[in-house]
Amino acid sequence: MPLQVKRLLLAFAVFIAIMLVLKYFLTPDSWREYGAYRGKALTEISGKEAKYVEMETCAECHDTIAGLKTQGLHVSVQCEICHGPGYKHADDPDNNDLEIPRERQFCLRCHTKNMASPQDIIKQIDAVEHNEGEECITCHNPHQPWL
Amino acid sequence: MESLYEALANLDGFIYPNEIALNWDLLIVMYPYITGLVAGAFILASLNRVFDIKALKPTYEISLLTALAFMLVATMPLITHLGQPLRFYEMLITPHLTSAMAIFGFVYLWYLMVVLLLEIWFDYRYDMVIWSQQKKGFMKFFYKALTLWISDTSPESRKTDEKFGYFITVIGIPSAFLLHGYVGFIFGSIKANPWWSTVMMPVIFLFSAMVSGIALVMFIYMAINYLRRKKTDIFCLDTIAKYLFYILILDFTLESLDQIHRIYEADESFDILKILVRGKLFFTFFIMQIGIGTLIPITTLGVLQFKKPRERTRKILYLIISIFVLVGIFFMRWNVVIGGQLFSKSFYGFTSYKVNLIGGTDVSLSLLWFIVPFFILAFLIWLLPPWKKFVEKTN
Ligand code: HEC
Ligand code: HEC
Ligand code: HEC
Ligand code: HEC
Repeated sequence: MPLQVKRLLLAFAVFIAIMLVLKYFLTPDSWREYGAYRGKALTEISGKEAKYVEMETCAECHDTIAGLKTQGLHVSVQCEICHGPGYKHADDPDNNDLEIPRERQFCLRCHTKNMASPQDIIKQIDAVEHNEGEECITCHNPHQPWL
Repeated sequence: MESLYEALANLDGFIYPNEIALNWDLLIVMYPYITGLVAGAFILASLNRVFDIKALKPTYEISLLTALAFMLVATMPLITHLGQPLRFYEMLITPHLTSAMAIFGFVYLWYLMVVLLLEIWFDYRYDMVIWSQQKKGFMKFFYKALTLWISDTSPESRKTDEKFGYFITVIGIPSAFLLHGYVGFIFGSIKANPWWSTVMMPVIFLFSAMVSGIALVMFIYMAINYLRRKKTDIFCLDTIAKYLFYILILDFTLESLDQIHRIYEADESFDILKILVRGKLFFTFFIMQIGIGTLIPITTLGVLQFKKPRERTRKILYLIISIFVLVGIFFMRWNVVIGGQLFSKSFYGFTSYKVNLIGGTDVSLSLLWFIVPFFILAFLIWLLPPWKKFVEKTN
């Protein structure tokens, strides 16, 4: 075997040995506990702070609004879709205010005319023509848009 | 919440919630771009060696060193995009075969260690021995270490270098194909995305890689000669340009074939892709990729095959073409990576992407990873100057 090849094989052996040592010492403990990932990642992710709660939680305190909403057409629209993540608020309402989206632009996000989305599921209006210049909530109650 | 509202204002039509913000940003555009430059530069070097094209000789070492310089940063866009500076190394020491993306580690290591480094080593071994004898102090030690403390300069040892170097070049060509074919596979195998999912993807990526790599070597060759105040060998440039021309034609044909296939098949995704290409991708696809990056270079190079203007004019044209091609291939990667994420998999809507919109580090990091290889290349060329290599008189 030529000298070069011998030396190269040696160099490769050293490289592989270093990699194996690194692999031995640096591989995270929970690697391959379940699959090709850190098992601990699961507890880390489940330990993350929640951001959203169920609508029933809001209803515990805001029962009038929740009741109103269950009778209206917005029954399928969750509170937090409009008011944002409410976990902290539900925990401590006095220090964590939620958003209240009063501007036209907000309602139009779902209700503006859009050829691509199915017409019969969400009613669509012409953003320019439909009572231009007035906030939607002066006429429609957001929690119960129609009786 | 604020940024979500902002993103929501940029939507058209219907889109699923997980498609609003792009997961793969500019850094993921840089990844196939840089990897492609590596594969392309290497294939140019191999063409030179295996088919023994004398005219390309002055670029042989330059292409190899260019490939190495870009190879060393090829993983960096991915690693920085992960955004885990404290434990990114875990990815490198936990190899596994259960995901297509994890295979990159193997492909990369094979190509870097077994192909590129070895080929350069065999090519330079003899010269490094000579240099280690000429230099003093640290540099002497450094060159000695690079030769792995072999000081054999006998003709037999040079024959061995030559033999193994050739052998590795021969292995190297399929390896370079594999390297960039793999990157194409990553996109082509995503069956949920009609813009990506085509068996042609690896082949298209490969040919566009060759195009960009050859253009890069052409550019670097001219730049180096300019910086060294040496005359560029116009015959060599003409030859590179000839290969660039051929491969550009092949690349363009393959890509057109893919599009024609798509247009003729006109499956359920076709309508949205048509709107995508004519709308959000109009500038990057028709103007940058096809116009600047393909048609202008092809016509110019085509004309140059038949009519040869003065040397100076040709050099300027080659310089412009190499830059155009490099820009064009960048936008080809852009159209694949970003374009594939702009439309909803419901085929009913679009999101949009503005660089720097989210996070704000994508542009600066991408630029960084494009500039760093040039510095590495400068260092490599200083360390292993191709023009100081020993040339056999009889050859
Ligand atoms: C523990 C009882 C409680 C729960 C659970 C609760 N809230 Fe409240 N919420 C309150 C109280 C008390 C106020 C009045 C606090 C204030 O005015 O600062 C309030 C105020 C609000 C306001 C008006 C804020 C403002 O700035 O005027 C909104 C909107 C609201 N809640 C939405 C929700 C939503 C949505 C949920 C479910 C995610 C929810 N709340 C759950 C007790 C609760
Ligand atoms: C379609 C969007 C939407 C949904 C869904 C929605 N809200 Fe509201 N909410 C609003 C708007 C808009 C206002 C502001 C109304 C106003 O100023 O007249 C508001 C106001 C409120 C207020 C403050 C009332 C006040 O008089 O200051 C509370 C409390 C509230 N919402 C709770 C809820 C709860 C609880 C739910 C779920 C059961 C809910 N909201 C669902 C849009 C919504
Ligand atoms: C998350 C999407 C969403 C948002 C935001 C939203 N809506 Fe709705 N809206 C719905 C859905 C779903 C329905 C029930 C389906 C239907 O009948 O259109 C509905 C129904 C309605 C209707 C009754 C339409 C009918 O059938 O006659 C009115 C009026 C209405 N919304 C007004 C509003 C106003 C005002 C706002 C802003 C405060 C708003 N919506 C915000 C989704 C939304
Ligand atoms: C001046 C009061 C007024 C304002 C302001 C107003 N609406 Fe209406 N809206 C109505 C009335 C009245 C109707 C029922 C008659 C009709 O269909 O035009 C209606 C109907 C609707 C419908 C049902 C359309 C259908 O096809 O059945 C939707 C959805 C709606 N409005 C959404 C909105 C939104 C969103 C805004 C804010 C951009 C808004 N409205 C502002 C009075 C108003």
